[in-house]
Amino acid sequence: MHISPVLWQFLVKWLNASALFPREASTIAPYADALYFFLLLITVIGLTLVGTLIFGFAIRYRKEKSPVATQVEGSTLLEATWTIIPLALFLICFVWGALLYFRIYNPPTNAMNIYVVGKQWMWKAEHQGGQHEINALHVPVGRPVQLTMISQDVFHSFSVPDFRIKREVIPGRYTTVWFQATTPGSYHLFCTQYCGTNHSQMIGEVTAMTPDDFQKWLQSSTSGMSLAQNGERLFTEMGCSACHTGAAGNRAPNLGGLYGSKIQLSDGTEVLVDDAYLRNSILSPSSQIAAGYAPIMPTFQGQISEDGLIDLVEYIKSLQTNYRIQQTLVTSQSGQTASKTPVGVKP
Amino acid sequence: MSATSSTIVNLPDQRTATLPKRSYLNNEDGLLSWLLTGDHKRIAILYLISITFFFFIGGAFAGLIRLELLTPQPDLVASDTYNKFFSMHGIIMVFLFLVPSVPATLGNFLMPIMIGAKDLAFPKVNLLSWYLYWIGGLFTLAALVLGGVDTGWTFTTPLSTHYLNTHVITAALGIFIIGFSSIFTGLNFIVTIHRMRAPGMTWFRLPLFVWSNYAASLLMVLGTPVLAITLVLVALERTIGIGVFDPTKGGDPLLFQHLFWFYSHPAVYIMILPGMGVISEVISTFSRKRVFGYTAVAFSSVAIALFGFFVWAHHMFIMGVSNYSALVFSLLTMLVAVPSAIKIFNWAFTLQKGSITFETPMLYAFGFMGLFTIGGMTGVFLGALGMDIHLTETYFIVAHFHFVMVGGMLMAFLSGVHFWWPKMTGRMYPESLSKLAAVTTFIGFNLTFLPQFILGYLGMPRRYHAYPPEFQVLNVLSTAGATVLGVGYMLPLLYLGWSLKYGAIAGNNPWQATGLEWQIQSPPLTENFIEVPVIDYEAYDYEWLAQKMEQEVTTVG
Repeated sequence: MHISPVLWQFLVKWLNASALFPREASTIAPYADALYFFLLLITVIGLTLVGTLIFGFAIRYRKEKSPVATQVEGSTLLEATWTIIPLALFLICFVWGALLYFRIYNPPTNAMNIYVVGKQWMWKAEHQGGQHEINALHVPVGRPVQLTMISQDVFHSFSVPDFRIKREVIPGRYTTVWFQATTPGSYHLFCTQYCGTNHSQMIGEVTAMTPDDFQKWLQSSTSGMSLAQNGERLFTEMGCSACHTGAAGNRAPNLGGLYGSKIQLSDGTEVLVDDAYLRNSILSPSSQIAAGYAPIMPTFQGQISEDGLIDLVEYIKSLQTNYRIQQTLVTSQSGQTASKTPVGVKP
Repeated sequence: MSATSSTIVNLPDQRTATLPKRSYLNNEDGLLSWLLTGDHKRIAILYLISITFFFFIGGAFAGLIRLELLTPQPDLVASDTYNKFFSMHGIIMVFLFLVPSVPATLGNFLMPIMIGAKDLAFPKVNLLSWYLYWIGGLFTLAALVLGGVDTGWTFTTPLSTHYLNTHVITAALGIFIIGFSSIFTGLNFIVTIHRMRAPGMTWFRLPLFVWSNYAASLLMVLGTPVLAITLVLVALERTIGIGVFDPTKGGDPLLFQHLFWFYSHPAVYIMILPGMGVISEVISTFSRKRVFGYTAVAFSSVAIALFGFFVWAHHMFIMGVSNYSALVFSLLTMLVAVPSAIKIFNWAFTLQKGSITFETPMLYAFGFMGLFTIGGMTGVFLGALGMDIHLTETYFIVAHFHFVMVGGMLMAFLSGVHFWWPKMTGRMYPESLSKLAAVTTFIGFNLTFLPQFILGYLGMPRRYHAYPPEFQVLNVLSTAGATVLGVGYMLPLLYLGWSLKYGAIAGNNPWQATGLEWQIQSPPLTENFIEVPVIDYEAYDYEWLAQKMEQEVTTVG
């Protein structure tokens, strides 16, 4: 049979370009692959065993060779064997899998935080310095990066197969995932949770760069305003600064140094002030009232986008003392008075 | 007697043999006598025709999906259309084919006969469940004809409640109604098995097919109401915005996931357990041996049903469930894998010291064992927490699910249909063609779904209309396999149809099997038994059968 050289070349190129195994581009990838190969191994052994039993018995005891069957009731010993051995193997898989899970989902404390907002059908990444990217994420190699993610509409899922990480991005709550890229290069970013019409277009590229290149990229892409600075502007525009003045005896809690502390709520429970608590306190303030304060704060549900919330949270995180709020207050009072009424912010 | 050494098929002399004068098929005539029947066997046939109809609709969608995925570009249809394809494929295959497949057809037909009863406990409820199935089916078809649904079969909120303007409520209502059909079948089976066993038919003399249908019935009765409630909440949220799942109203979108998987995980056991029952019967018959470790196999069905209710959150490992609950659900998932492993080894050892022949049902059963082993083991991949992170929501899930549901359940269903076809119709099908179909299905299946495991590890997300070009080779292989698979499924439709008129007369017991259903005429009488059978022997007692046949020969001779 004769195959035309053009077709042949096309086929060779096509087959060579096709992928069989994902790249290992994060510190986690080798750990994930080790478990994968262990699982593959026990699958192959199990399958070989079952195959050997079936084919072996089928040949040995086929009707031509074994015209009459010998009745066997069963065997407790054999039953116990094939209960205990698979159980033991599965328990090994469980422990190994759990260790890997905690490795993937427990970020190191020194991780660099990047926010990711998912919306139909794009990914928006926001760096601390205010750099925004759409369907792209630039990260340095050799440094742990934590992503704090939230969805503005439906469930999405943030997946970078070459890093072996994935996390659901959920409306109404922050989820996190971390990774440390090892090799500079660009990697697929997929949304893996079905999210409507253009689900398969909700893709992007993660670019891992050397730390130097990453610094250059950060400088060249800055918008001039960090997330906290954006948050500060919003803090004034939305009228937050009217009550959260930081002065003692005020009707709203003091925000300076609040992040990361534990506070008492009016129902007596204690809560850790984290991103989720801050976000929730802006959107539904009456659900978790700090002890000693009246539930007078209005809800900002529907008035502020997830991006805006991230800015505000970053601003509150950045407040070590009340000095900054008081400065803001002075500026806004001397500036314009109209800004005290809440203003809807477009995403 | 035309028994050669390599087969147990024992057909009556074709020159003199005729179908019985009176049977459930010709007891009454006319369409109305079928539509108003209370006979479990006729209802089973109605179900068989109905689920075959829906299977081929669902299959057509699968074909369209594979056709689109031949190329990386989204070029055959628009994205919305593609999304409707996989949604309709999932909804039809899961709710209209897999869930009722074995219980409502083979179970309905055989379970009462196997326990020595005249019918199910509630024949009219049985008929009602078929009508409910069709009302639900018509709602689903209406959703399809009116423009389709693109929620996926999982109806994930808030996508299904706030972000789509397709016929979500019509489809959800359809599934809600089908749910009741499934509950009624389950209820009917449970009552029948408890109350209507023939004298001497103790629990541990029941064929394993009955045990597995019993376990599946428990799941149907306890699980399906949760699905019904969930779908009602989705519909209410969509129409009047009650805010149970909507985070902006204080609802919790994860609640939907919990509720949905609380049904839908047990649902996969509803689908697979009756199939496992079929395999027990077939393996025993074609190796002429009692099932190895009868009690272990029976109890493993119940264990699967029990554990099956406590593993639902393994669908949510990456969704931010707490680490501790992730640990618990992963551990329970590993435990539920054990009874399945027990079953596989018990079936394998049933072959030992048997006298094995390789008729079509046995070939399908062998296919089942191989594919189900792969399907089960890849489930362990997904149950291992850290591995699940990389594999979930990719084609690995798709391949795993299809290995269990198509490689497992559909193989078991076809095995059962080929096994009991002579009982249901009184006629045999052409053996060589049916063997060809079994082999074609097996090859086509592996070619379709093995590449998808590799695609999954590469990270190709499920439900993608377009994909990066380096995934194309594997997708082309998969589509090629689907074509072969399609041929494998068309063949039985043709030769089984042919056999209805031209097939050889099967006689009462063509496979020389021990079940009660094989001791009566084929096709059976409407009342199944002329006199109530008294059971004084264990299930799968081939010596009893040999004695009985000897007696018959001497009496007639």
